[in-house]
Amino acid sequence: MVDATPHAEQGVPPAEVPELELYHPKSWWTTYVFSQDAKVIAIQYSGTAIAIGLVALVLSWLMRLQLGFPGTFDFITPEAYYQFMTMHGMIMVIYLLTALFLGGFGNYLIPLMVGARDMVFPYVNMLSYWIYLLAVLVLVVSFFAPGGPTGAGWTLYPPQAILSGTPGGQSAGIILMLVSLILFIIGFTMGGLNYVVTVIQGRTRGMTLMRMPLTVWGIFTATVMALLAFPALFVACVMMLFDRLLGTSFFMPALVEMGQQLSYGGGSPILFQHLFWFFGHPEVYIVALPAFGIVSDLISTHARKNIFGYRMMVWAIVIIGALSFIVWAHHMYVSGMHPWFGFFFATTTLIIAVPTAIKVYNWVLTLWRGDIHLTVPMLFALAFIVTFVNGGLTGLFLGNVVVDVPLSDTMFVVAHFHMVMGVAPILVVFGALYHWYPKITGRMLNEGMGQFHFWVTFIGAYAIFFPMHYVGLVGVPRRYPELGDAAFVTDSVHTLNAFITVAALIVGFAQMVFLFNLLWSLRYGREAGGNPWRATSLEWQTPTTPPPHGNWGDERPVVYRWAYDYSVPGAQQDFIAQNDPGPQRAGVRPA
Amino acid sequence: MAVALILVLVVVGSILFHILSPWWWSPIASNWNYIDHTLVITFWITGIVFAAVVLFMAYCVFRFRHREGVKADYNPENKKLEWWLTIVTAVGVAAMLAPGLYVWSQFITVPDDATEVEVVAQQWQWSYRLPGEDGRLGKSDSRLVSYENPLGIDPDDPNGQDDVVIEAADLHLPQDKPVKMLLRSIDVLHDFYVPEFRAKMDMVPGMITYFWFTPTRTGTFEVLCAELCGTGHSYMRGFVVVDTDEDYEAWLEGQSTFAQLSAPSTLGSADGVEP
Repeated sequence: MVDATPHAEQGVPPAEVPELELYHPKSWWTTYVFSQDAKVIAIQYSGTAIAIGLVALVLSWLMRLQLGFPGTFDFITPEAYYQFMTMHGMIMVIYLLTALFLGGFGNYLIPLMVGARDMVFPYVNMLSYWIYLLAVLVLVVSFFAPGGPTGAGWTLYPPQAILSGTPGGQSAGIILMLVSLILFIIGFTMGGLNYVVTVIQGRTRGMTLMRMPLTVWGIFTATVMALLAFPALFVACVMMLFDRLLGTSFFMPALVEMGQQLSYGGGSPILFQHLFWFFGHPEVYIVALPAFGIVSDLISTHARKNIFGYRMMVWAIVIIGALSFIVWAHHMYVSGMHPWFGFFFATTTLIIAVPTAIKVYNWVLTLWRGDIHLTVPMLFALAFIVTFVNGGLTGLFLGNVVVDVPLSDTMFVVAHFHMVMGVAPILVVFGALYHWYPKITGRMLNEGMGQFHFWVTFIGAYAIFFPMHYVGLVGVPRRYPELGDAAFVTDSVHTLNAFITVAALIVGFAQMVFLFNLLWSLRYGREAGGNPWRATSLEWQTPTTPPPHGNWGDERPVVYRWAYDYSVPGAQQDFIAQNDPGPQRAGVRPA
Repeated sequence: MAVALILVLVVVGSILFHILSPWWWSPIASNWNYIDHTLVITFWITGIVFAAVVLFMAYCVFRFRHREGVKADYNPENKKLEWWLTIVTAVGVAAMLAPGLYVWSQFITVPDDATEVEVVAQQWQWSYRLPGEDGRLGKSDSRLVSYENPLGIDPDDPNGQDDVVIEAADLHLPQDKPVKMLLRSIDVLHDFYVPEFRAKMDMVPGMITYFWFTPTRTGTFEVLCAELCGTGHSYMRGFVVVDTDEDYEAWLEGQSTFAQLSAPSTLGSADGVEP
């Protein structure tokens, strides 16, 4: 038997530096609005992200109405459709998922899980949220600007993004989009530095790196990646802004628009694509890695069993994070880049499948001989595995360069990425909210509403996106507001599209039940106590729930073991908290 | 119990959907059935993995669901099992990658006897150019694009004079002759996509991209734009007609060359005004 974690009796080093004083708020404003408490900032981030996410949800309904019942809704013109599509994608990827996982869960969980009193730079952390809010507001303003928001697709490919044939291209839409992204990246960088430094510098005594919960590992690695990837998007946005406003030609070759020779010349549209995807591919994992980490902890806690292969899980996160920086051009197999790139990027892309598969194996092997409590968070974790495996496997079609050729730019791609980075991470978000809501509020979310929400969301989302792959296999291109008559599209495809739309509407409405539950349980939820799931990690061991500013009362916890001492043989309970100095040796099975 | 059952139903339902649903690719009309084969191999491997993982989960949920007095196993890791799974996964991945890369090398290696055909895209229509009797396309430049010269063909290049220009009309191709499609855009990104040919490639202003294929059956096939190119994107349609040799020659007879189109007299008479 291999020992996966340092023994309790290896001891804990004495404190070498005295504790720092926190700035405690003196007024209502500095407690709840301009707060420097990471937990308040987390709630601000999450609330803003969910609010703008609701806009994206409504936009998806509008798109689906058009696709399912083309010609029925006069106000959904092609221009409007492209605007809905662009804003839906951008909001979901950047302003909802990235902000929620890193700004929301990162802020709430990192200090608590590593035993810190707060983030290391609380003031900068506060600025991070307010700049994020500003970015969201600029995005919202673009809906009301003359000409509306940009309809260039979330990838914003030039030249069309800044030309008149695209909605918002020659009006304010694209400018506001780029400004909003630039602000987002500035705000994120402030928060991101905090998350990284807090993990490196702010851990409590005994919390070695290899004792950290995988949630922290996932968020930490994703943040490091984001700090390296977002600058590529930043420069791309700045350069495109110059092309649009100052007439530079970073991405603009000589071209003729609607019979008019434009004054651009010498730029490269493909350069933008490389910059965009150098950010865009790691972005997929910036969303996925926190989900990987969180789901590992949900499965372990609710199966009452240590996560299987913890060290392998940590290394898989780190390796996936590193590899994800050399796979970006698999989004560009048919972009016209040099065809030899195909060999390299197909190989790296399929290699990344190996550590990803290991993570999946370890999740399901954690269930083996577990004591599985089918709580709502656990149900979401199981559904995550199903949808993530499904979406990950279709990635093997699209990553394998020549198989991508017929499928690229079809609905197959839309189905793939929604399954793998839409549905799967959002199921984790839900699971995580059901899991940590009691710590945040002191009350449990309603179980009945949770079950309803889970089943409609899981089955519904699968019914939306699984058949959608086959629409793409037929050959239906993505980004088509309507198909019109095409010989290869049979009537049954239109029927399937209508079915998908109905499923999407139902899943959307189920989210209203969830939102209601969030508010209802705040007042009427069952009292949770400090550790309702009987979990080991530090956030459940706070002296008061919800934890106040400073988290730990008089003394920070000291950590004696890893985060996965569930069902340890010989122990009285089926879990041993990380700060429990008890005699049971961790990580060793008795002979 | 219900959870395990539903997980099993997800697997069974997915497999039945795959087998029974009417939604599958349109019958192929090019030499790229290798691509179809690789895709089918990928379906098999990934389908088996999906079924195995989810069924294993379903079994665990059923077998190891919470029961009073039963404690979970304590088993931090198992090096042997983890390495074994890693190796099996690597082999499965290689089994998909190897044929994929092999077919990709064919996809990007244009046969010597392929005829060149140029596709020119603009918002939101397709035009084409054939090399004419000399077998060579004349130079082009988007700066030369004008009302009289919509494809921007260089009038000073003698190779371009006999080029056959097909503006905003259907392209015809002879059956069983390999063609190299040279792709050019004069405004934004587009993508020349015919579902039955399986091949597609973006068209990028400022550069010439390509792919090749051999049409293998006669018929009329729809051309779609597969790269977002503005509000008219979904209306950017056209047709490629694959002909027998005789039909192709007959069609070619009726087309005009660049020289014919740019001769002032031709234009003048077409407008009904004598110079």
